[in-house]
Amino acid sequence: MNPAAVEPPDEECAALLATAQRVVSQARVGEQLEAFVARSSYTSVKAHAQEIESFTSATSAGVGVRVVRDHRQGFAWAGSLEPDVIEDALREARDNAGFAEPDAWVGLAEPDGVAPVPFDAFDPAVAALPADRKIELALELERMVLAGDPRITGVRVAGFSDSIGRFAVATSTGIVGSSRGAWCSMSALALAADGDETYTGAGSTVGFSPDSLDLDEAAADAVLRATRLFGARPAPSRRLSVLFEPRVAATIIGILGSSLTGDRVLKGRSPFADRVGERIATPALTLVDDPTDHRSYAADMFDGEGLACRRNELVVDGVLQGFLYDSATGRRADRPSTGSAVRGVSSTPGVGCQALAVLPGSGSFEELLADIDDGVYVQSMTGLHSGVNVVSGDISVGIEGLIIRDGALAEPVREVTIASSLQRMLLDTRMVGADVEWLPGGTACPSLVVDEVALSGS
Amino acid sequence: MIDASVLERVLGSALRTGGEFAEVFAEDRRSSSALLDDGRVEELTSGRDRGAGIRVVVGDTTGFAHTADLSEAGLIAAAEAAAAAARGGGGGVRTIALARQQRSRGYEIEIAPVEVPKARKVELLTRADEIARSTDAAISQVSVNYGDSLRRILVANSDGLLAEDETVRTFFAVSCVATGDTGMQTGRESIGHTIGFELFDRYDIDELARRAAGRAITKLAARPAPSGQMPVVIGSGGGGVLFHEACGHGLEADLVSKGASVFGGRVGQQVASRGVTVVDDGTMSREWGNIAIDDEGNPAQRNVLIEDGILTDYMWDQLRARKEGRASSGNGRRQSYQHLPMVRMTNTYLLAGTEEPEAIIASTEKGVYVKHLGGGQVNTATGDFVFGMTEAYLIENGEVTEPLREGNLIGNGPEVLQRIDALGNDFAMGPPGTCGKDGQGVPVGDGVPTLRVSSLTIGGTAA
Repeated sequence: MNPAAVEPPDEECAALLATAQRVVSQARVGEQLEAFVARSSYTSVKAHAQEIESFTSATSAGVGVRVVRDHRQGFAWAGSLEPDVIEDALREARDNAGFAEPDAWVGLAEPDGVAPVPFDAFDPAVAALPADRKIELALELERMVLAGDPRITGVRVAGFSDSIGRFAVATSTGIVGSSRGAWCSMSALALAADGDETYTGAGSTVGFSPDSLDLDEAAADAVLRATRLFGARPAPSRRLSVLFEPRVAATIIGILGSSLTGDRVLKGRSPFADRVGERIATPALTLVDDPTDHRSYAADMFDGEGLACRRNELVVDGVLQGFLYDSATGRRADRPSTGSAVRGVSSTPGVGCQALAVLPGSGSFEELLADIDDGVYVQSMTGLHSGVNVVSGDISVGIEGLIIRDGALAEPVREVTIASSLQRMLLDTRMVGADVEWLPGGTACPSLVVDEVALSGS
Repeated sequence: MIDASVLERVLGSALRTGGEFAEVFAEDRRSSSALLDDGRVEELTSGRDRGAGIRVVVGDTTGFAHTADLSEAGLIAAAEAAAAAARGGGGGVRTIALARQQRSRGYEIEIAPVEVPKARKVELLTRADEIARSTDAAISQVSVNYGDSLRRILVANSDGLLAEDETVRTFFAVSCVATGDTGMQTGRESIGHTIGFELFDRYDIDELARRAAGRAITKLAARPAPSGQMPVVIGSGGGGVLFHEACGHGLEADLVSKGASVFGGRVGQQVASRGVTVVDDGTMSREWGNIAIDDEGNPAQRNVLIEDGILTDYMWDQLRARKEGRASSGNGRRQSYQHLPMVRMTNTYLLAGTEEPEAIIASTEKGVYVKHLGGGQVNTATGDFVFGMTEAYLIENGEVTEPLREGNLIGNGPEVLQRIDALGNDFAMGPPGTCGKDGQGVPVGDGVPTLRVSSLTIGGTAA
């Protein structure tokens, strides 16, 4: 019944768990105590002009302590695992709890009997990779980008980075969980210049092991994106179809996902709050949040409260199925937690999407393209934090890309915006592609074609 | 925080593999925050983060390591890790003698937030919530945030510099949702200054809460913003982010030297309309981007970037300045000891002109009046930038008329700077901001007088 049945995957996780349990063992009568303990290490190598611009390596660790007493919550955190620092955090969290106002649903998670799906994305090859090899990789990626096209004049930065992370969470209510992960990634930002025009293009690759990095694809992507914009200028304002490639479409899907979280819904900040069972999107759209899908780079066994991660259906054939909850919002909504608590050391858990995935529709990228008479293919968006209002649903963002004319890519475009609302875009989505990509952030998304979007330009 | 003799030995270790320059940056940061949401004080949070970042520079290569262990052994281990990543040809023993430098920010913190009872902070939240909700029955949700931080830093480097500083910042924000027939709209207002709890003696949070609520209510009646190009009048204080994006980032020397700025090679040239003077000023007392020293130990400066339309200089950090054989402009900043410093803005603003703000609007036949901007983003290579309008109105026949829904505006920095055709006499600083660059956030301020751009693209949905 208890996730504690899952042993820590290694000694370091066991040590973190022991630290968390030592804090929790100090719970007083009538007090709930939670400790979230994490340790991570990373290296980052940045190459520029065939020199190593910077090489960073470090380990950091921290603890977040949550106290609930009489349905009042207090929190404190520290970027250290020294015993006296942890004691200070516990004392501060207790003190802070006295100032919160009580509510019946405030409280820690309790074991819910859902067994975690075993997952251990920890390839020792990440930690074993020698520093010299990381440097070689960064330099190699930069060389590949520079050689990709005569108009590539430089690379703002080409980098390799890896990270190894472990966390453990324990509560006085019986929660015990720990997990670990290791990732590596590479990215390049190409600069292409011709005459007085300069463009940038980004490419990246992520993997659970160094062997799975695809430098060719990252370099080719950066080069293509930087070089295909020459001559770009604003296009005339009009309504048209927009073809979002997977990595851009994933951003739109992420905005939808965030508006389906319990906190937003319960506090009157979601435009979809009272729409469960209704059609909110094209019947071609099915969206799940599934950190148990091991193809996702965000896959995990436990959420931020130590409950098992699970597959949650959000939208099926365009119909809204429900929302994501952590323990507190679940209690308030009279629903079980969906295992959707997300957090770091320095914050209390909040409800969030972990591994959103749009299920494949039909049609390749080329087939979607062929079905558009007047449109724009979007390769990048800017101004998301200023142009997206997740409460009203209004969306207005700057884009770079290529005009689509009669089913084919045509001239490049820049300094234009596209605008609609999230609610409209979901219903105006005409095609969901079959070309699902697993993206660096852990999301899976295909290309999307959305009609009737307002382009604003010349 | 750390003895000078320890620092001297750590810097010596850092240079043992032949490094040309080494630096220890130590930081001890305490923060506290309180959140009211949905009518209830939800949570108080206390945070403590302490550690040191050590870098070693050889030629174009920087080795960097950080540690939360401020003991001599911990610092030397980090120094050795940084040195291993930046190996020079020479090596051997170099002796460092540190000379302490005193820098004052020219004003005192009156009330240290750490001395203020938590109950007093909670009262502010409750008060703002009540005021916002009583503004209008359509206000359906309110959240209120309080935050303060005390950041002590120490910088010591192999040039012999030893400098310390202590910075206190206090922040308060009110966010409202209004619900009507047309759906939901939001309004947010914030204040933040590099001062202590006296923030609340100087600024009226009742007024702040009413403005946040008013902004959400106004937008319930808003019509879709237009699409296409038209004149845009930016309101005093509300629109400094325009310059932060249109030229600020493009004037950062690290981007310029990599060929990633449209402003590269243009010092001495006219890049903006006559009358446009843009300044980045870390010394601006009490403003959100105020610093006494930057995160490389250099004193804050007032740097004129564009003077009467002519590009005068870029902003510099230590590394980039060292390479060019010049002094840093005091713009080397970092998010925390876990990050390498880079060129960053502080308080970036446009000096006032002479026109009456009313006259600027009256002389605009048809356009958009943006009273308050949200954030923005720029591609420094092309100069294209966007910024959000969180409170905007149509201008028709020289008068401000209907409110508009939110959206981004898009323009090209070098073009927009040349299209500024009116500057008001009503300069004001805007709300506190966090500037993001390469994954690091630092506090920045901005300010503008009322001004007009003769043509900008409005990213709305209306024809």
